[in-house]
Amino acid sequence: MWFTRPLQERSTRIFLGVLFAALAIVSVLHVLMPQDSALYVSSYTVTLLGKYLCYALLAVAVDLVWGYLGILSLGHGAFFALGGYAMGMYLMRQIGDRGVYGDPVLPDFMVFLNWHELPWYWLGFDMAWFAFIMVLLAPGLLALVFGFLAFRSRVTGVYLSIITQALTFALMLAFFRNEMGFGGNNGLTDFKDILGFDLRTDATRLGLFIATGIALAIGYVICRGIVTSKLGRVSIACRDAEARTRFLGYRVERVQLFVFVVSAMLAGVAGALYVPQVGIINPGEFSPLFSIEVVVWVALGGRATLYGAVIGAILVNYGKTVFTGIMPDAWLFALGGLFVLVTVFLPKGIAGLVFKPGKAGGPSNTPSAQETAA
Amino acid sequence: MSFLQEMTNRDRVFEFLAPAKSPVDVRHGPILYLEDVNVSFDGFKAINNLNLTIDDGELRCIIGPNGAGKTTMMDIITGKTRPDSGSVWFGSRHNLLTLNEPDIASLGIGRKFQKPTVFEALTVFENLELAMAADKRVFPTLTALMTPEYRERIDEVLEMIGLKELRQALAGILSHGQKQWLEIGMLLMQKPRLLLVDEPVAGMTEQEMERTAELLTGLAGKQSVVVVEHDMGFVRSIARKVTVLHQGSVLAEGTMDEVSGDPEVIKVYLGEEA
Amino acid sequence: MGISRLLNHLLLTFLLLCPGISLAQVEDSQAQQMLTALGESSFAEKIKAVNQIAGSGDERARGWLEAFASNKLAYIESTGQFVIVLKNRGRNWTVENALTGENLGEISRRDIDTLRVNNALRNELASILSVIDLKSPDEDNRLSAARALKGSVDGTLAERLPELIEAEESKPVQAALTEALAIYKVKEQGDIAAVAMLSGSLNSEARAALQQAMRSDDTALVAAATRAMASIEQKLKLNSAVETLYFGLSLGSVLVLAAIGLAITFGVMGVINMAHGELIMLGAYTTWGMQQLLPGQPGLALILSIPAGFLVSALAGIAIERSVIQHLKGRPLETLLATFGVSLILQQLVRTLISPLNRTVITPDWMSGSLMINEALSLTLNRLYVIGFALVVFAGLMLIMRKTRLGLEVRAVTQNRAMARSMGIKATRVDILTFALGSGVAGLAGVALSQITNVGPNLGQSYIIDSFMVVVFGGVGNLWGTLLAGMALGTLNQLLEPWAGAVLAKIMVLVFIILFIQKRPRGLFPQKGRAAEG
Repeated sequence: MWFTRPLQERSTRIFLGVLFAALAIVSVLHVLMPQDSALYVSSYTVTLLGKYLCYALLAVAVDLVWGYLGILSLGHGAFFALGGYAMGMYLMRQIGDRGVYGDPVLPDFMVFLNWHELPWYWLGFDMAWFAFIMVLLAPGLLALVFGFLAFRSRVTGVYLSIITQALTFALMLAFFRNEMGFGGNNGLTDFKDILGFDLRTDATRLGLFIATGIALAIGYVICRGIVTSKLGRVSIACRDAEARTRFLGYRVERVQLFVFVVSAMLAGVAGALYVPQVGIINPGEFSPLFSIEVVVWVALGGRATLYGAVIGAILVNYGKTVFTGIMPDAWLFALGGLFVLVTVFLPKGIAGLVFKPGKAGGPSNTPSAQETAA
Repeated sequence: MSFLQEMTNRDRVFEFLAPAKSPVDVRHGPILYLEDVNVSFDGFKAINNLNLTIDDGELRCIIGPNGAGKTTMMDIITGKTRPDSGSVWFGSRHNLLTLNEPDIASLGIGRKFQKPTVFEALTVFENLELAMAADKRVFPTLTALMTPEYRERIDEVLEMIGLKELRQALAGILSHGQKQWLEIGMLLMQKPRLLLVDEPVAGMTEQEMERTAELLTGLAGKQSVVVVEHDMGFVRSIARKVTVLHQGSVLAEGTMDEVSGDPEVIKVYLGEEA
Repeated sequence: MGISRLLNHLLLTFLLLCPGISLAQVEDSQAQQMLTALGESSFAEKIKAVNQIAGSGDERARGWLEAFASNKLAYIESTGQFVIVLKNRGRNWTVENALTGENLGEISRRDIDTLRVNNALRNELASILSVIDLKSPDEDNRLSAARALKGSVDGTLAERLPELIEAEESKPVQAALTEALAIYKVKEQGDIAAVAMLSGSLNSEARAALQQAMRSDDTALVAAATRAMASIEQKLKLNSAVETLYFGLSLGSVLVLAAIGLAITFGVMGVINMAHGELIMLGAYTTWGMQQLLPGQPGLALILSIPAGFLVSALAGIAIERSVIQHLKGRPLETLLATFGVSLILQQLVRTLISPLNRTVITPDWMSGSLMINEALSLTLNRLYVIGFALVVFAGLMLIMRKTRLGLEVRAVTQNRAMARSMGIKATRVDILTFALGSGVAGLAGVALSQITNVGPNLGQSYIIDSFMVVVFGGVGNLWGTLLAGMALGTLNQLLEPWAGAVLAKIMVLVFIILFIQKRPRGLFPQKGRAAEG
C-alpha cells in the first residue's frame, strides 16, 4: 500500500527512530528524574517541546505543497488556526458551568455579549468525536473550496501565494469580529480539561506531548507515502512543467487539489494539538506573518525533503524562544535576516548542506510565474 | 426543426450516452480534421481560415516560415488555445473544441514540444513511467504499483531511444539531443493514435537525426504522425506528403518535389525578388 | 422672561430700523458705565445693559457682547478696567483693555472678575449678535449671520425681514434671508407658498419646519410639505452618493498611490517586493523628519518631503535590489520571501531607531479644512489634495514610461531581455533604475499617506496586501489597469461600508478579488498573445 511503503525506506526509519527515541527520552527524564536533577525535564519544557512538534507537523504540511507541488502557500496558518478553533470550541464546551458566569451551555464570552442561545455552528462540539472530525473537516473543506476555485482557473505561482495570503488576512479580520461568535479579539481560552483529563496536570501535558509526536510520525509517513508514490512523481512533474503534465493526460488541478487538501488537514491537526498545550487560540494565528514564518522554517530546513521541514521548524522556534528571552527586540532582525540569508545563500536549506541532495531535491529554477502567465 | 430532426435521428449518439473514452472513430475518413479555423491575438491573425486533414496512419510534415502559425496550430489541436471560430474533429466522433488538455491527451493525442520539456527533477525511468498509458486519475495514481509488464514496456522504449544506460540518471543532466529522445520516448509510452512532433531534430547530430527519421517512419502506418520541422534535409528524408503553412493558412500541399517547385512557396521562402 | 423678550424685541426693532450702524465710538466714560451695568446681578438689568450697548452704535459693541457671551469679558478690581480675556489657561491670563484694545499682558487669574452670563442670556446674545452682523458692511459677516438666522427668526424680526431682503445687495445673503423667513412662515403660520420655497433646501431647520407642517391638519399644507420633503430627500440622496463617491475616490487614490510603484516593480520587472509597504513607510517618516528639521513650517516641510521622500525610498530600493533581488533573478517565490525578510528588518529598524509609537505629522493650514459644496455636503481638503497628487503621480509615470528613453528601455528589457542587451541596452542598469523608480513612487505614496493616516512602523504592512490586490486585479504590467482597479476597489469598499461595516466591507472586497482572480487570472486588462506566454 502507498502509506506502508515509506516504512521500508531507510530515511523514514531513521526519522521515526529519532522521533520516538526523543519522545521516550523526554518522557523518561520527565517522569523518573528527581526535580532537582540537572537532567530533569520540567513540564514547562515538555509543553514547549510539544509546541515545537505541532509547528513541525505544520511545516511538514507546508513542505508537502511547496516542496513537491510548487505551491507556495502563504495562508497555511489559516488551516492551522481553523483546526485550532475546532479543538478550542470542544474545550470551551467542556468547561460547562465551571466558567466565570457559570452558564451550563454558553461559553463565558457569549454570556458577556448577552447572547442567549448557542449559534448553530457551535452545536455538536460538546462531543469529542464530532469536534475531532471537524478538526479535519473545517480546514479540509476550506482548502477544497479555495483550491477548487484557484486550481481550476490555473492560478499558480506568485498569484496563488498572494491570494492565499489575502485569504488568511480576510479570515483574521473576520475572526476579530465579536459577531462571528468565536470570542473576537480574545479568542477561546480558560480551558479546563480534555477527554476528562485535567489540562493543568503534568500527566496530561506529557500525554499531549506524546500524542503530538505520534501525530507528527503519522503525518510524516502519510506525506512520505504520497511523495514516494506515482502521484508524488506527478506532483513533481506539475511543479516543474505544469503544461507538459497536462499533455500527458494528468488532471493537474485535481492532483494539486488532492495534495492541497491533505496538507490543509494535516495543518488542522497540528493546530488542534497546539491549542490544548498553549491553552489559547485567538485570531493572531491567522496573521499573514505567522504563515510566512512557517515558510521560512521549511526553507531553512530544506525544501522537498519533509525531514528538513521538521528540522527547520524546531531550530527556528528554539531560536525564537532563546532570542525573545534574552533580547526580544533583536528577534525580528534575526528572523528578517534569516529570510534573506536562506533564500540568497542557502536555497537548499540545511538538508542540502548536510545530506547529499536526493533526486527529488530542490526544484529546478524554472520561473513558475511565467508558467502562470501562460 | 433541425433540432427535432437531430433528436429523431436514430444514428445520433447522445453526448451523455457516449462512453467517455470511446475509441477514435476513423471508419469514415480522416483522423484529424480542421475546418475554417481562425485565431487572433490582439488583432493579429495567427491562424487564418486554416483547413487541414490528416488521414489515419499518415506521416505528414508541416513546414513554413517563422510566424506561419505552426505552433499555434498544435496549441489548438491539444486544447491549449481556443480558436475564435472553426471546428476541429478527432476522428468523426470527438469534437476537440469541447475538451481540455488532459482529455485530449487521454483520447490519444501526444505532443512533443518545440523546446524539449522533460521533468528534470525525475529520472529517465520515472519520466517514462509518468508518460505510460494508464489510469491517470488521482486515486489510481496514488495507489499505482510498478508491475513487471510496465517495467518491460519501459525497458522496451528505453532500448528504442537508446537511453538504457541512463535509466536512473536525472533527466536534467541529459544533453539536448538526449532530452529530445526522451521526449519522443515519452510520446511512445503514451501509445497515442496521433503524434504531434514539434521540431524533433533540433540540436541533434547527423546520426541521431537518422535514427529519429527511422523511428518516425517506423511509427507511421500504426499511428498517425504530424511533424513540424525547419530542417529541409530531414523533411525530405521522411516526408511523403508536405503541407506548407504561411500566414496562418495552407499555401501548398503535396509531395516534397511538388511543393518545392511551387512558385508561391519559393516566393515565401526566398523573398519577393525570387 | 416675558419682560426680557419684550425688551429684546424692542431692541431688534430699533436695530432693524436703523439705516445702518454708524461706526462711531461713544465716550469712554459712557462705555465704562454701560459695561458696569452688565455686571448687575438681575437678569432684567443685564438685558437692559445689553440693549443699551447694542443700540449705542459703538464699533466695539460687537466685540464686547461676543466676549460677554463666551465668559471672556472681565473686570479688574484694582485698576477698575474692563478687559477682554484672550487666553484663559493656566495661572496667569492674557488680557487686553476692552476700551482701547491695548494688550495688557498676563495678569494673575485671581485679580480678574469675569462677568457672569447664563444660558438664557447667552441665547439672547446670539440673536442680537446676528442682527448686528446683518448690518455689517462685510458681506461674509452678513452671510453667516443670515445663515445663522434660519430657524431662529421670531415675529418681530419676521415683520422686518422683507425690507431687509429688499435692501440687501448680495444675492446669497438675500437667498439665505428669504429661506430664513420662509422657515418662519412654514413653522409659525403654515404658509403654503413658503412651503414651496423650501422645497429642495438642505437646511436641517427647513426640514424640521416641513416635518412640522406635515403633521398639521390642513391637508393642502400636508400635501405641499410632503412634496417639498420628497424633493429634499432626493437631493440628500444625491448628496450622499456624491459623498460616497468622493470617499471612494479618495480611498481609491490612496490605493493607486500605494500600488502604482508595485505595478512597476512587479508588473514591469516581475519582481515581488514584499518590502514595498516599508518603502511607503520610509516616505511617510521622511515627511515627519522634514517637519522635525523645519519646525514651524509644516507646509514647506511637506513640499520638500516630496523630492526627499522619493529619494530616500529610491535609495532604499536600490539597496534592496543590489543586495537581495539581483541574486534571485527568475525565482519569484524566493524573491517574495527574501523581500519579506527585508520588510521585517526595516520595520524593526524604525521601531528601534525612532519609536514603536505613532509619530504626529502636522497638516499645513492650506490642506486642512474643507470645501463646502452646499449646506449638507463639504469635502475635506486633504483628501482632495491626495486625489490630485495621485493623478499627477500617475500622469508623471505614464510620461516616463511612454516618452522617455528610460521608459523605452524598460519596455524593451521587459519584452525580451536578451534582445535588448544585444542592442546595447545595459539591462542591469535598467533594472536598477526601474526598481528605483518604483520604490521612489512608494516614497511619494508615503508622503501623501502621512497626511491622512497615522505614521507608525506598521504603516506599510497594512497596505501591502491591498496594493498587490490592486495590481493583480488591474492586470499585471498595465498602469491604466492599476489606476482603474484602485479607484474601483476604493469605491466598492466605500459603497459596502455603510451597510456592512468597515471590517466586513474589507473582507467582502478581498473575497470579491479572490473570486475575480479565479474567473480572470490575469486581471481586468490582461496582456494577450505570445508576449504573455513567456
